[in-house]
Order: sequence, then C-alpha cells, then structure tokens
Amino acid sequence: MTATQQMTYLFSGIFGLLVVATTIGATLKLRAGGAADSATIDNLNARIKAWWLIVAFVGLAFLLGKTGMILLFAFISFTCLREFVSLTYTRRGDHHALALGFFVFLPLQYYLIHVEWYGLFSILIPVYAFLFMPIFEALAADTTRFLERAAKVQWALMICVYCISHVPALLVLPITGFEGRNALLIAFLVLVVQLSDVFQYVWGKLLGKHKVSPNISPSKTIEGLVGGVATSTLIGAGLWWITPFSPLQAAAIALAINLMGFFGGFVLSAIKRDRGVKDWGSLIEGHGGMLDRLDSISFSAPIFFHIVRYWWVPD
Amino acid sequence: MWLEKLTASLICGLAELLTGARAIWRDNQPQARQRIYFGNHTSHGDFVLIWSALPPALRARTRPVAGADYWDKPGLRSFLIKRVFRGVLIDRTHGDKQHNPLLVMQEALAAGDSLILFPEGTRNMGEGLLRFRSGIFHLAETFPDVELVPVWLENLGRAMPKGILIPLPLLCTLTFGAPLKRHAGETREAFLERLRAALLQLAPPQH
Repeated sequence: MTATQQMTYLFSGIFGLLVVATTIGATLKLRAGGAADSATIDNLNARIKAWWLIVAFVGLAFLLGKTGMILLFAFISFTCLREFVSLTYTRRGDHHALALGFFVFLPLQYYLIHVEWYGLFSILIPVYAFLFMPIFEALAADTTRFLERAAKVQWALMICVYCISHVPALLVLPITGFEGRNALLIAFLVLVVQLSDVFQYVWGKLLGKHKVSPNISPSKTIEGLVGGVATSTLIGAGLWWITPFSPLQAAAIALAINLMGFFGGFVLSAIKRDRGVKDWGSLIEGHGGMLDRLDSISFSAPIFFHIVRYWWVPD
Repeated sequence: MWLEKLTASLICGLAELLTGARAIWRDNQPQARQRIYFGNHTSHGDFVLIWSALPPALRARTRPVAGADYWDKPGLRSFLIKRVFRGVLIDRTHGDKQHNPLLVMQEALAAGDSLILFPEGTRNMGEGLLRFRSGIFHLAETFPDVELVPVWLENLGRAMPKGILIPLPLLCTLTFGAPLKRHAGETREAFLERLRAALLQLAPPQH
C-alpha cells in the first residue's frame, strides 16, 4: 500500500466514525426532547460538531504537506501560549521575556523543524530560552515573586511550544523503509491520543463512579481512565499497518502515549484549578480552549518522538 | 453615515481579532436601559473594548467619555471620536468653571444616552484600582435612575502597558457586574468606596 492509499483509508475511517457519532448524537437529542439530561447531550453534540472542524483542518494540513503541517502546529502553539499566558499572573517586568517567547522563540522553534536542524531544535527552549528569558526579566529590576514568574514563563513555553512542536518534528525523522510516510506517524499519535480522550469521556459518562482525584478534576473517573486507555490502546494496535511498528509494538507505544496523554490533561487541570477556571479559553464550542484539546498531545508528543527516534532511527 | 458604520464594525472586528475579547455578563444582562458603564483604566483601547462588547443596538446609544487633550486632534482621531464613537469629550487641562467636564456628561445623560467612563481619571500603571474621582458621584446624584454598571477589563493593560512598544497577543475579558444605584443620603466617600469595591470584586484572583 502506498502512503496516499493508507491516508485515504485512514481518513475514510475517521469520516465514517464521525458520521456514526453524529447520528448517535442526533438520535439521543431527538429521544431526550427537553429532558433534564439534555445539557450533557448538547455538550456531546457541540463536541462532535467541533470534531468535524478539527478533522477538516488537520486533513487540510496533511494535503499541504510539511510546510502546511509546520504552520498548523505553529498556529496551535501560538494559540495555546496565548491562552496559557492570559491566565498566568505576570508583571510588567515579564513583558520583554514574554514578547521574546511569542515573537522569537516560537517562530524559531518551528523554523528549525523546517530546516531540519535537530541539534538546535532540541535545546532552543530548554537551554537558550531558559537562560535568556530570566535575563530579560532581571533587567526589568522587579524582584517581586521573581523565581515564580521566571518559572511560569518557562513552563508556558515548554508546554505550549517545545512539547507541541514535537508533533510536526516527526516529519523529519529519517526512518529506514518508511521514507515519505512520516505524516502517518502524526496521524497515529493524534488519533490515538485524541480517541483516548474521547473514550475516557464516553466510558466515564457511561460507567464512571470513582473519581481519580476530585480536587483536580471532577470529571475524570477510574472507570473512564481504564476504559478509555484500554479502548484506544486496542485502536492503536489496530493501526499498526500505518506505522513502522509491529502490532504488539503499536499497542505498547499506544499505551505509553495514552498514559502520558492522561497525565497531560491531569497536570494542566491542576493549573486550571489553581487559577480558578474550568477551561483555558472559549475558542472551540463544547471543548473550551485550544489548550484544553492539546493538553494530552503536549505530554505525549515528546515521548512518542523519542521512542521512535531511539528505536527506529538508525544512528 | 455608511462610512461611520463601516469604520465602527471594522474597529470592533479588529479589536475582537487582536484581543480575543470575551464579554462575561455576571449577575447582569445587556439591556436597553440608560446606564453608566464604569471600568478600570489601563490603556487607550479600554473604551473601544467595552463599546464593542455591547450589542449594536445598545452601542448606538452609548457614548464613551474621553480626554479632549488626546482625542480632539484634527484628522483621524477627531473623526473616530466624534463621528464613529460619538464620544463625550472632556477638558482635563483647564480647571475652571467654564470647562467643567460634568456639564457635557450631564448633557449626554439628559439626552437619554448611556456613558462609558473611567473614574480613576488616568491610566493605571500598577495593579488594583486608583482612587475614584468624584464626577461619577455627581452624575448619580443628578440622575438617580441611571444604572451604574461596573466593567472589569482583564489583560488589556498587560497586553499593551503604557510606554511599551510591542504589545503581547493576550486574550482579554470584560466582566460586567450587577448594576448599582446610589442609596438615598449616601455620602460621596461611601458611594465611591462602594463602587470601587464592586469593580474590584470582578477582578480575577492575583497570585
């Protein structure tokens, strides 16, 4: 099978899945009428509607190739960083450091993927941003909560730019025998992790009883977690044919990224609770902000990238 | 007329695009009543955001109060403030009776329009709120039926603080609080303090 054929099958599958989901949503809505449960159903339908949009955008990026994919994720990073910083307490003294993050480090990080300079890509934010942003903050001579502010700015850039940039970076990994098919790795990662979120939500709504941690997230349940991770690990195994992995390897990798994805949502929920908000933003109806959708990808992408790079890229 | 309308919708669209501005009506709804919207003042764009956040029908009857020293310059600024926003221009430089800023605001209220004003009087560079000027008290005294609506603007001052060239693309929110009125016999100090507390209460926790 060629890469184009695999991609066609994959997107047809997703299309079919969305048609099924939309039908179920519409049927539930019809049956519920004005019943008390319809808030949940409305939210479900809003989410499904948003999924159509997300799939359309991602599909377009696949068609546009490497540059389109890099631009899409640069835009996603920008939106996430915007949401993150908007909710984080900073002071006037952080202004230049933040401007540096938005207008220098973010575009540079994605440019480095474009020119395939892996060495600098992997240290730009952990080394250069880590050192230069606090220099600019110290130059502003405001010592109030200095360490806390420096840490927040670095965290924002790590989560929203560095971690997320590992998704399009999958395109430039040289895997023997898999040339020209790297976009399928992105499809595998995004699909498995997002479906894990979806199935955690579905299993949680159907069977959820025991909360994982009510302090952090009132909606995450142990039943949802186990059901969601198991379901999408099986789906990941079933998608082995679009990857360089064997079915068993695909299952193990899917399990790893699903668990990382779960903890991504968990950690970012802790930040949201601390800030007293439910969502990062209001960009996507039914989903909240961009970062509400990307939290799991942010934590799983670097791990997925390094698993593939360590075991599948020859030295 | 069409030029003013077009400019207005362009400015509102641009403001929303750049700031992602989101209006939250807390214990309040946009209503076709005569009101004074009062907000925290952190940037020149403040009144534009409040004005944009109102439904078009209310916007047409709501006039921002602005300093003539900044806005009454021939050319674009004057066109924007006079024709597009229909601003109430007040003189902040002369202190004499002839230039009493209250008179023009009272005229606008008497004509049935709503106002947007910033009782701190000047842009605040720090956090929290400055002391309120007494103008709003006199307006509430003369027009007891006009509702006073607090509007907290979050992040606009952080996105483009006074004296900084590169703005940050932060998301701004506007929180509209419950309408207030002056209690009978309430002193100026007590009234201003109550307004200030009501506005501050809409601010998100700072830490």
